[in-house]
Amino acid sequence: MGKSQISIRRSFSGYARAVWAILWKDLAAELRGREMLSAMLVFALLVILIFNFALELDAKTRTSVTSGVLWVTFAFAGTLGLNRSMAMEKDRGCLDGLLLTPVDRSAIYFGKALSNLAFMLIVEVIVLPVYSILYNTNLFNPGLIMVILLGSIGYVGVGTLLASMAVQTRTRDILLPILLFPVVLPVLIAAVKASSGFLQSIPMSEIWPWLNILIVYDIIFIAVAFMVFDFVVEE
Amino acid sequence: MSSDHNPIISVRNLVKRFGLKTILRGLSFEVEKGEFVALLGPNGAGKTTFLRILASLSRPAAGRVTVSGFSLPSQAAAVRRQIGVVSHLPLLYGDLTAEENLRFYARMYSIPNPDARINDVLDMVGLTARRRDLVRTYSRGMQQRLAIGRAVLHDPEIMLFDEPFTGLDQDACAMLGDVLREVAARSRTVVMTSHDLSRAADLASRFDVISRGIITASAHSQDMDTDLLLSFYRDAIGAK
Amino acid sequence: MEPKPTLLKILDIVSIVLLLIATGMVFFYTPVEAVMGQVQKVFYFHVAAGWVGMLSFLAAAFAGIMYLIKSDRKWDIVGLSAVEIGLVFAFINIITGSIWARPIWNTWWTWDPRLTTATIMMLIYAAYLMLRAGIEDLDRRARFGAVYAIVGFLSVPLTFFSARLFRTIHPVVVGTNQPGAEGSFDMTAKMLQTFLFSLLVFSFIFADLLWHRIRLGRLADKVEQLKLKTME
Repeated sequence: MGKSQISIRRSFSGYARAVWAILWKDLAAELRGREMLSAMLVFALLVILIFNFALELDAKTRTSVTSGVLWVTFAFAGTLGLNRSMAMEKDRGCLDGLLLTPVDRSAIYFGKALSNLAFMLIVEVIVLPVYSILYNTNLFNPGLIMVILLGSIGYVGVGTLLASMAVQTRTRDILLPILLFPVVLPVLIAAVKASSGFLQSIPMSEIWPWLNILIVYDIIFIAVAFMVFDFVVEE
Repeated sequence: MSSDHNPIISVRNLVKRFGLKTILRGLSFEVEKGEFVALLGPNGAGKTTFLRILASLSRPAAGRVTVSGFSLPSQAAAVRRQIGVVSHLPLLYGDLTAEENLRFYARMYSIPNPDARINDVLDMVGLTARRRDLVRTYSRGMQQRLAIGRAVLHDPEIMLFDEPFTGLDQDACAMLGDVLREVAARSRTVVMTSHDLSRAADLASRFDVISRGIITASAHSQDMDTDLLLSFYRDAIGAK
Repeated sequence: MEPKPTLLKILDIVSIVLLLIATGMVFFYTPVEAVMGQVQKVFYFHVAAGWVGMLSFLAAAFAGIMYLIKSDRKWDIVGLSAVEIGLVFAFINIITGSIWARPIWNTWWTWDPRLTTATIMMLIYAAYLMLRAGIEDLDRRARFGAVYAIVGFLSVPLTFFSARLFRTIHPVVVGTNQPGAEGSFDMTAKMLQTFLFSLLVFSFIFADLLWHRIRLGRLADKVEQLKLKTME
């Protein structure tokens, strides 16, 4: 193998190792205390509870509002996770520690985005059966699972970038939802419609446009985040 | 200067601005391999800014900076392999154990034989007994020692210390001083910023003073009595 | 201090004159629309304001990209100026839209995709300003502003498509009339001329205000620099 080929392979495996290291570190730290996960879960359940009274979810209306309730819940619980995850790096100057390592900055973005995605999926995986039981609705639907995955990827893709900025400002926690929600709307709209579609078993041809929006959004914003992340963490 | 004069750190006319304010105004600086340079100066003189630029955490606005043969900011990744940084913040994750922290950084630096290296480092900073404890249970002195461990994990040529003694009591300071001395002894080059003249006097082979964004004075410790250090410093910052 | 450039003075006068002409055209030149009556005339300035809102957004995103590439403060001032002006015009757009909607559709608001997107755009502008307000460091403020301007700009078309798709699949009848597209009334030649002229006028006003605001930003920077010099 030529020298340049070896170094390309080495730098790629170094990159992948860094992403994995960051993901593993976040999971290990969180699974030890589980403070963030419990907060996200309790918050999610409280939101569902509030919706129960706010919307009077009787059996008939339930089918049409389920996906809306779920996604609002995920969106709000998600900000908790994003905030906490980035605050952990700000604490004790750890972000500098990451920036001092010889890896490309985008590896930090991917590592954090993956760990944020992992936490969001864990919360979603727990909320789904709980909601099913509380409201006697069957949410075990592969189409729904796919939408949750695509939607969470988009949410976390943009959220990680914006949270990295928000955590460096004075107004921190309260700023993230303000920055995130207007920009992540296409994901929420498409995810709600696609989820509804799968739950109500409407024909795939009508669901496809929504899935397309999700996929396009995911690709565009992960690409943009990849390109601008350097500017967000470096001086 | 001999023709093979090859300083390990070379800075020429470094300029750094923050918004509309110019912090470093054409600073020039050179360090030979193996030197231990104490960078002294009042608050706001630019010590931390300068160190961050050397550490590749900040980009110069103008000027040439070469560390270990690599120039900044274009070859920043290569520079990072050669430097170890200890600041007054520990750069450690509180929710992980000492061992997990070191393992994380070992992965990030792609260190071969990480387990052996981690053991060595824990041994050197005297924390082997508490390797399985969470860092947030550590005292400040222990955190700083582990921070040094993190900084030398990848065996860098150059160490950059930014006010490492901040917030430590006498005992912790003494212990830290010992560790620093050991770290420096392995023919490493060290640049350390400090407020504490006596600590600096103890460890350094050279004193440079930064005032108003440039180096105003430089002296080797062998040429200077430690009692004269204070007046040397005062003159250097008073000078315009 | 630099005096106001001659070109800017000319632009000021030209903008004011054009605005007066356009107002005159709207009230006297164009016919009164058959179905909607006088209130339809809001349309000329309503769309023009919306146009400026979108133009500002594009300018802010462009300035953001340029700042990230060049790190030149002047691009940051351009971006901030574009957002401030855009916010005002987007607001005018929404208010005039409401004024128009009330007598026609019997409602102050409709979740029509254009209106929804215009509101989202305004919220992104506001978020941009709040982001900047929370940062002390000038370089970071500029960088983050640039990043958010780019991200915000890219999200708006997607929001528009989602909202529009939302409407076609579940058409919602609001008020007594179905809210229609722009061409819900046929434009005569005079209306078309006035409409295009209004777009032109507002573009001039946008350029004028932008130039003024950029100048203001540069002068403010100069004052800061002088202040710092005296403190040394």
